[in-house]
Amino acid sequence: MPTFLHEARLKHQNWLDILFRNVTRLSAFAVLALLVAIIASLLMGSLPAIKAFGSHFLVSAEWNPVSEQFGALVPIIGTLVTSCIALLIAIPVSFGIALFLTELSPRWLRRPLGIAIELLAGIPSIIYGMWGLFVFAPLFGDHIEPWITRLLGDQPLIGPLFSGPPMGIGVLTAGIILAIMVIPFIASVMRDVFEIVPTLLKESAYGLGATTWEVVWGVVVPYTRIGMVGGIMLGLGRALGETMAVTFVIGNAHELSASLLMPGNSISSALANEFNEAVGELYTSALVELGLILFFITFVVLSLARLMLHRLGRREGQAV
Amino acid sequence: MLTLYARRRLINAATLVISVLAMLFGLFWLGWILWTLLINGLPGLSGAVFTQMTPPPGSGGGLLNAIAGSLIMTAVATAIGTPVGILAGTYLAEFGQRGWLAPATRFINDVLLSAPSIVIGLFIYEIYVIKVKHFSGWGGALALSILVIPIVIRTTENMLRLVPNTLREAAAALGAPQWKIINFVTLRAARAGILTGVLLAVARISGETAPLLFTALNNQFWSSDMNQPMANLPVVIFQFAMSPYADWHSLAWAGALLITIGVLTLNVVARVVFRQSATAH
Amino acid sequence: MAAEKIITPKLVVRDLNFYYGAFRALNNISLTIPEKMVTAFIGPSGCGKSTLLRTFNRMYQLYPKQRATGEVLLDGENILDKKQDLNTLRAKIGMVFQKPTPFPMSIYDNIAFGAKLYERLSRHDMDERVEWALKKAALWAEVKDKLKHSGTGLSGGQQQRLCIARAIAVKPQVLLLDEPTSALDPISTAHIEKLIDELKAEFTIVIVTHNMQQAARVSDYTAYMYLGDLIEFGDTSTVFTNPKRKETEDYITGRFG
Repeated sequence: MPTFLHEARLKHQNWLDILFRNVTRLSAFAVLALLVAIIASLLMGSLPAIKAFGSHFLVSAEWNPVSEQFGALVPIIGTLVTSCIALLIAIPVSFGIALFLTELSPRWLRRPLGIAIELLAGIPSIIYGMWGLFVFAPLFGDHIEPWITRLLGDQPLIGPLFSGPPMGIGVLTAGIILAIMVIPFIASVMRDVFEIVPTLLKESAYGLGATTWEVVWGVVVPYTRIGMVGGIMLGLGRALGETMAVTFVIGNAHELSASLLMPGNSISSALANEFNEAVGELYTSALVELGLILFFITFVVLSLARLMLHRLGRREGQAV
Repeated sequence: MLTLYARRRLINAATLVISVLAMLFGLFWLGWILWTLLINGLPGLSGAVFTQMTPPPGSGGGLLNAIAGSLIMTAVATAIGTPVGILAGTYLAEFGQRGWLAPATRFINDVLLSAPSIVIGLFIYEIYVIKVKHFSGWGGALALSILVIPIVIRTTENMLRLVPNTLREAAAALGAPQWKIINFVTLRAARAGILTGVLLAVARISGETAPLLFTALNNQFWSSDMNQPMANLPVVIFQFAMSPYADWHSLAWAGALLITIGVLTLNVVARVVFRQSATAH
Repeated sequence: MAAEKIITPKLVVRDLNFYYGAFRALNNISLTIPEKMVTAFIGPSGCGKSTLLRTFNRMYQLYPKQRATGEVLLDGENILDKKQDLNTLRAKIGMVFQKPTPFPMSIYDNIAFGAKLYERLSRHDMDERVEWALKKAALWAEVKDKLKHSGTGLSGGQQQRLCIARAIAVKPQVLLLDEPTSALDPISTAHIEKLIDELKAEFTIVIVTHNMQQAARVSDYTAYMYLGDLIEFGDTSTVFTNPKRKETEDYITGRFG
């Protein structure tokens, strides 16, 4: 029979248990508090601009620090358009990569290729920006853009999108570099969701004599649709908020232009370029409101992404 | 006219070729970017980079103050973010079975994980930089720590969930109080996995530029005072690359190569640590 | 064998019911576990034998939706009482699990972990306690030169004996063994069975096993359970050679389960 410690010591243990639980709980709560603090501080910072421009801020394309007239339309459109271009390119490519990694690649190649794709995700965005500015944009401006203009510039409807002098930097270039950046994110989510399709399901389709493509299109894609969309939204969230890669190559022009080859602006690059030089309360406040809008858009997109991935996870849980 | 079977085979072959092309497309950019970095960065990577301060345009210099500033801020940010992340992750994994707090935190944390980092910089500017009235190393470190927290929370929770419940039961069967079970048994069992998460977080923040623009800004000179604006590699690269001076460009490339080597090395080390822990169990 | 000793009740179970949420896993179980003997719980999987064992140290309290009603008396005191301090209870009733559960620390620290919870021992006394426990668990000879090595580096059988040593280092009165050999090879199993026979001189042992030969070999008393009911409980030799109930006989002779 051990000499049991006094009741006081046991009470002490209970007290430590409660303390420890509450310290961890407080840390978890800090995350929620952080979110509230971010939203509150951005709201406070943008109050002057909200008071001055109201909802007009969202639809006005004017951005004039001298006359202190600010509207968010150009950067909002720039952010949306560059992200759309990025997704248009990244979705099919990511799908192809995920398909290759899960269904086609020889087993020994899977790991190195998977790592290579994840390294692409690991490269800091400023590197993409520099590479885009010094290497990609000049090449793109000299060789690809003139060709695009010749090919599409005179077409009806879409012609205006691809006209204008080839400068290398512009909305289209920014979109392409964003695409390269988000491909690894979307591809790795797609690969992960493809891998949760039960082997039995795929084998039954192969057993009917289906080709690889038919199995993917008929079994894998329908099974993982929600998860794929979740992955795409995750990529979209990244693209919307990406700063450095875009800032280097978008051109930073507060002008609304029909052509994708012309310089434009995005919310994050407007912030990166102008915030430290902004003078006057209203100018700063307008930039903070841009930040608030960006946070709001990405918050909605990322929430939807998480909900979709969560739903796929739950369905998977039930199926087992 | 093709037979149905031939058509099916053709479509299959075509899509598979496209899939291979997509893979090559992805690798192509990786190769191109790394190649560019090596070509442009290696010539500038001299001893001066590590021994001299960032120069004014037109004269020689290095990146010493920027490298030091980046290391200091990354270290401080990791030191702030890691404990908070581990504690919150522990709550989610060990105490989060009931109540609203755990699911809400998990969701918000997943969103913060991919939130635009420039907004985090803006946030620290609003709540800290404005109050102290100048840019500072502390501001930069705080902004980076907010990026560290969600990553560490995520990995801590996932790794603790991999710890078999029998281990918790075995410790509880000895009559150990819960704080001891978690600190001395479950967290220890998940140690290597959590370390992986911390390494990945360090990799992530050491390349981040946007959150530092409005917080640490830059400093042309040596400064280890966290209350002063602090030089750091990403912002120096940004400013030098956007400048019209050729010698600044060359330093920017050298810095870019350094950061990339650092970040990719950290990624690889994290993977090795994780694989070793996976084989140990 | 049982008859030679004086039988004192150690654990008395009265009208015990157990619920996983709305599902009732144990129905009105009543039995008496004698002191310093080995009692085995047998029955097909899902019969509730592990559940019954886990009420003895209230392990179920780790999980929010599990609860027990009725009484479990340890030396006359109801351990299901809300006022019962869990840590004190678990110091008196130790447990060893199906799979070996070495903690991620050295062999020495594994053993010291439990002992340190209840007693403040000097370095010297702790060394002695670790040696004592390891000797009791028949592991001392194999590990005495590598006490600082990690416990996870041992073989499966050694790990399980380490867990037994860790449990007895606390000096409990009762030792609960939840299928302790189901993950082990036959040689390690024989080691553990021999150990159980030696340990019953000092500890009251309750063992859950799916292996009937094992129950027959190591236990003095046997309880046969089926679907949450206690079908038969008695002297091991009686239960195996002359069962009172038809269901028990069917199970033991292998016609069922």
